[in-house]
Amino acid sequence: MLKDITIGQYFPGKSPIHRMDSRVKLVLTIAFIVMLFLAGNIYSLIVGIIFTIGSYLISSIPFRMILKSVKPIVPIIVFTSLLNLFFIRSGVVLWEWKFLKITEGGVNTASFMTIRIICLIVGSSLLTYTTSPIDLTDGIERLLSPLKIIKLPVHELAMMMTIALRFIPTLIEETDKIIQAQKARGADMETGSIIKRAKSLIPVLIPLFVSSFRRAEELALAMECRCYHGGEGRTRMKQLKMHLVDLFAVLIVAAFIAGVVAVNSIT
Amino acid sequence: MSVIKTEKLTYVYGEGTPFRKTAVDNVDLEIGEGEFIGVIGHTGSGKSTLIQHFNGLLKPTSGSVFIDGERLWDDKDRLRAIRFKVGLVFQYPEYQLFEETCYKDIAFGPRNMGLSEDEIDKRVRETARLVGISDEILEKSPFELSGGQKRRVAIAGVMAMEPKVLILDEPASGLDPKGRSQILGLIREYHKEKRNTVMLVSHSMEDVAKHCSKILVMNNAGVYCFDTPAAVFHKADELEKMGLAVPQITRVFNRLRAMGCDITDDVYTVGFGKDILINALSAERKIPR
Repeated sequence: MLKDITIGQYFPGKSPIHRMDSRVKLVLTIAFIVMLFLAGNIYSLIVGIIFTIGSYLISSIPFRMILKSVKPIVPIIVFTSLLNLFFIRSGVVLWEWKFLKITEGGVNTASFMTIRIICLIVGSSLLTYTTSPIDLTDGIERLLSPLKIIKLPVHELAMMMTIALRFIPTLIEETDKIIQAQKARGADMETGSIIKRAKSLIPVLIPLFVSSFRRAEELALAMECRCYHGGEGRTRMKQLKMHLVDLFAVLIVAAFIAGVVAVNSIT
Repeated sequence: MSVIKTEKLTYVYGEGTPFRKTAVDNVDLEIGEGEFIGVIGHTGSGKSTLIQHFNGLLKPTSGSVFIDGERLWDDKDRLRAIRFKVGLVFQYPEYQLFEETCYKDIAFGPRNMGLSEDEIDKRVRETARLVGISDEILEKSPFELSGGQKRRVAIAGVMAMEPKVLILDEPASGLDPKGRSQILGLIREYHKEKRNTVMLVSHSMEDVAKHCSKILVMNNAGVYCFDTPAAVFHKADELEKMGLAVPQITRVFNRLRAMGCDITDDVYTVGFGKDILINALSAERKIPR
């Protein structure tokens, strides 16, 4: 059923990483990505791998979630590693067949890139696994708030994101209901050519649009009734606060980046 | 012969997850042709889940459903034909309207049945008349209509398929008293004219008492009882314990009897109650009627 789709990938928990401030998590995720790209050789990449594994152990996110985050990018990984494998030509030739050639350099680069991409995806998935969508948008809003100076409607953008996230489950439920209702009137959505099937979506899409607009109007009215007037002078119920755990996290990430740079220069 | 029959029907939501919930539990039911059945039960008692089995929208976790003696889900290709036989009107059906005109929307079901244009036209006009939608409104967009009119067009969309069984899930919810009585009136009219089986899911005891020949009471995913209104409302105490109230007029008469008046205990419509009261009073005071 449609209902079984999970929204976002938030995996509730009480680990130190869950408790971190979402702003700090966002910044540190970017720092983590930088760290991976700083890693210039296999040894410094191992430092990055240790960091990724370590953060997962702390976050107590189950192992299958890691697999889940890697799954959608498997084609990209396969594609890039194949490209690297066949087109980088340096060092000893390991295997040759007509115009295809695999060299030592190619194998090295291919495995290096694969590990880097996997670390990148797995590590940054941790952000969405440990931060609820609402916290995430809050964090984004706060981080982007300096951009208000150049008249970017930061609060409004964040509010739109929050509303969109909030209404995804509602709309899914509604879609489900409308599909059932049209099926009860004999709508056939499973058989026929692609064009016929696309056409059979009309009885679902139109009511869905109509009710989305109705909902939007109602929501706008309800917000106005509560004197919502945008972000100016607005205070929050949940104040984002830095804690000791955030400081530790920053220090740990800084140490790891230093480590990567150091290992880079040693070898 | 019974038109709907269930055998040990069970449906479980979210099997294998922590949210596992048995919505319908081991229900054996037999509904005869031409009956007008009321289904009551408080929120979460399994009414809506149960009725979605009757036209094959939900597949039983275990047990079976028979429509006209034919077992559902034996042949999946037959399900569409079953849906034309058992028409289901969901709650707030006006949210499914999608066509440019009311006429086209009512014609959607019959067209899916593959009827001829003449037959479709005949059915649309006949049902429109039955639900009180004028030719002028038929040519309008359904989104221009009032709430009550939209509701009637949506119900007509199912009625036009001329199903053997018409099931309506809270057809009057969210309407004002006038709209309520109009909708319920037209459903009764439909039943009188077509002599088809009608099932009416409702929260209102008054509505069910007034219109139905038999009442199905659902409680905790099971059938609590399935009997005539008189027999069902006789169990006023038990119904109240499960959070359902008997009609107000029945409460009034139960109270009168508790106070020592000698009157019958099978009053569940205001009309009947009025007659009984007048009779009782005139007998006592010897007032000529």
